Amino acid sequence: MRYWLALLLALIAGPLAAQTALPPAPWADRQIPDAGQERQAKALMETIRCLTCQSQSIADSNASMAGDMRSQIRERIMAGERPEQIRGWLISRYGDWVSYEPTADPILWPLWLAPLALLALGLLLLRGRIVRRKDA
Amino acid sequence: MRTILIWLPLALFLAFIGLFAAGLFQPDDHIINSKLVGQPLPAFVLPAAASDRPALASTQLATGKPRLLNIFASWCVPCAAEAPQLEALRAAGADIDAIAIRDARADVDAFLARYGNPYARIGLDARSSVQIALGSSGVPETFIIDGRGRIAYQHIGDIRADDVPMILDRLKATR
Amino acid sequence: MIAETGLAALWLAAALALLQLFLAFFGLKGGKPELLPAVRPVAIAQGLLTAVAFALLITLFLRSDMSVLLVATNSHSMKPWLYKFAGTWGNHEGSMLLWVAVMGMAGATVALFERALRRDTHMATLGAQAAISLGFYAFLLFSSNPFARIDPPPPDGQGLNPLLQDPGLAFHPPTLYLGYVGLSVAFSFAVGALLTRAVDAAFARAMRPWVLAAWILLTLGITAGSYWAYYELGWGGWWFWDPVENASLMPWLAATALLHSVTVLATRDGLRAWTVMLAVVAFSMSMVGTFLVRSGILTSVHAFAVDPERGSFILVLLAIYIGGALALFGWRIRTVREGAPFDLVSRETWLVINNLLLSVILGVVLIGTLYPLMTEAFGHKVSVGAPYFDRIAGPLALALMVALAAGPLTRWRRDSARAVARRLLVPAVALVIAALMLAFAPVRMGTLPWLGLVLAIAVGIASLAPLWKRRLLRTPLFTYGMVIAHLGCAVSLAGMACDSAFTVEKLVAARPGDTIRTAGWTLRFVQILPIAGDNWTALQADMQASRNGGAPVTIHPQSRFFAAPPTTTTEAALLTRWNGQLYVVLGEEVEGNRWQMRIWWKPFVTLIWLGGILIALGGALALVGRERRGWLIKWRARRATEA
Repeated sequence: MRYWLALLLALIAGPLAAQTALPPAPWADRQIPDAGQERQAKALMETIRCLTCQSQSIADSNASMAGDMRSQIRERIMAGERPEQIRGWLISRYGDWVSYEPTADPILWPLWLAPLALLALGLLLLRGRIVRRKDA
Repeated sequence: MRTILIWLPLALFLAFIGLFAAGLFQPDDHIINSKLVGQPLPAFVLPAAASDRPALASTQLATGKPRLLNIFASWCVPCAAEAPQLEALRAAGADIDAIAIRDARADVDAFLARYGNPYARIGLDARSSVQIALGSSGVPETFIIDGRGRIAYQHIGDIRADDVPMILDRLKATR
Repeated sequence: MIAETGLAALWLAAALALLQLFLAFFGLKGGKPELLPAVRPVAIAQGLLTAVAFALLITLFLRSDMSVLLVATNSHSMKPWLYKFAGTWGNHEGSMLLWVAVMGMAGATVALFERALRRDTHMATLGAQAAISLGFYAFLLFSSNPFARIDPPPPDGQGLNPLLQDPGLAFHPPTLYLGYVGLSVAFSFAVGALLTRAVDAAFARAMRPWVLAAWILLTLGITAGSYWAYYELGWGGWWFWDPVENASLMPWLAATALLHSVTVLATRDGLRAWTVMLAVVAFSMSMVGTFLVRSGILTSVHAFAVDPERGSFILVLLAIYIGGALALFGWRIRTVREGAPFDLVSRETWLVINNLLLSVILGVVLIGTLYPLMTEAFGHKVSVGAPYFDRIAGPLALALMVALAAGPLTRWRRDSARAVARRLLVPAVALVIAALMLAFAPVRMGTLPWLGLVLAIAVGIASLAPLWKRRLLRTPLFTYGMVIAHLGCAVSLAGMACDSAFTVEKLVAARPGDTIRTAGWTLRFVQILPIAGDNWTALQADMQASRNGGAPVTIHPQSRFFAAPPTTTTEAALLTRWNGQLYVVLGEEVEGNRWQMRIWWKPFVTLIWLGGILIALGGALALVGRERRGWLIKWRARRATEA
């Protein structure tokens, strides 16, 4: 487990060193003046997966490509695009993988059925165990 | 019914073991292919990235003849490593255009002077916006664009020497 | 010599484990009961030998004996002694030896102190424990020998990486490991009880302290891990639903369910088969977690040194032990009589609801974590992350809080619905008041955080209600334990809800001399200077933070550069106040002396970890209370017989 920290740090920090000397894109780390739009953009960024890093959303990544994506998302939100349009556009490029928010793809349906199936199974197991008494 | 419930945990467990074993033998390759392969190139117009090469627009890639579109950057080490292969492709008759990602003209010039310049046109994508529009997930990557401006193939990562014949074959097969 | 002695102790311990297994097996099944008296001494000797082996490895690390490969690759003579010490288990081989040593000593403890259990069940439990240990001995001796020598020895070790010298990192992994080993003991008890057809209240009482101890350690481990991710990653988040985090959460969920079901079994002799199943599931989750973390089959931000060979070894052990236990379950469970049924209005019902909800959450986390692996088999790459887990686990956890509030206020066996409603009256009134106040408060918050905060307030009050009108000095310690642990859940929930509802984020590009105002704070960016540390250099910003015109406090967010290996880390500056935490991260230089900064004001965020500590503390009180009571009863009984 000693590798944990080293590799973790290498992963979060490595991309910084290997990337460009260019300053970050203008809206990568700058909030939209309109609070409502910023909230929309932030919510979307938290559900878009970073491409060059492991298992992080672009909202939580130092990679420069994640910064470019954040900038692009903010610019598009400011231009009046709806978050779901932008998500759809990204999915048409990178597939369902890019969205942490499960898409409507049939392959993801079992994921939503899982909790219901588990609850039903649990109730089935419980059947007849709990007695109801009239005088209770 | 009761029998099914009693043996259900073991059955589920064995399914998970199978899944784990499959996962061990086929580790995740972390490669995200562009979904645009087989579709028209998204429209873009980019400024010139190098001093001695013209700028690049998507319309210039639909020339009736298949072309290679290389995504690279001067700050990217594998891009320098694949330079000889691009040179070999160029020598074999491939037309290569390029997009430089998050780059500056002086850096691109220095990179090309050092590692060679097999490109016909080079566009500068300072904020990765065309890269994202292409569904490309890193540098270097190489796309084959057919004569009508459709993306025919995406090669992720640097081109190794033994990839060159395969890419030439694909280029030939593309129209 | 030390290394050879250590290896010999390990081989001997493995041989004793084999002997222990045979003695128990032939004693119980081979018609040779005369063998059974030897099982306990062998188990104790085995535990001692593993302790010796581990102590010898610690000695090698403390002495920096570079002729031992493990020391040479993971330590350095210049390291502070604490990290030489912690370095013993800070690597694969050492951590496996720690696992085996703790398992051996736990087995010895079971052999020495367990008196209440039926003798054959006790022996079968020790046999099962020996069988599990054997797998890990094989793993150690055949594929990861910690005592291997290197010839010629290098002049000094390679492990002087100061990145790894973090007190949190030194003690976080062994805490989780000890928790996993505790669950393995619970597993052995379950197998022993199944084998000897003794799934009853006595078995539950014997198993409970192990479940409780494991659960306390897992709670501490997860709390510490979450805080570590919070301050180290520099993104202000405290839980990312990352595969490695989920791998540590799953055993905890199973252990929490088991802790409650084992209480039903111990107190009311109900939920027999279910408790056995949970004990198996809890241990299997800790092995699945270890497997997922070590094999690298899932992409995680917390990357470990992954090794497919080790991964396959763990997978084989997992298949043998858990597969075997589940087969045994299927084969034997029909012989377990159904436990006592219970009334609809009874504490048992709430505990069953608790178990149901925890199991569903566990199932959802497991399926969600592995789902990308499943779809990949069909050539379809997907991501399952926070949006899914939050949406499913969030409401289930809130429902769980309701059961948590009502359960302790309902009597065992049978209660009247009206009496329960009366006891819940005060929390219910608090719920309504809190809901209305928050609904009309001038803050914008989502439904889930709103519901979370309202429930946290009501449940916090309800969790204290079991102490109402009781003589506090005569209330048993384990009741206090339950109350504090439940209060901890409410406190933690309040922290989570406040964090997601009230956090204010500000991103700025500031020049030295600038003043930044956000959420009642005034931050003056004084200057930015390079500073040098032991083996790093950093850019450090000096900032003066004051809240609502109070006295300014200087804080120092840093951006650190390490030369070997070349890495950059952000060291967030945290300023803790009673009502929240200011979190400042220094980013890159944007242009001409303007620096990117991320500033968060997180009201009451610290409650998340405070709650975690309260939960563990409650567990510890319950453990001490139960054990003390057990000893007292035994002591009185002995005195009575002597008199």
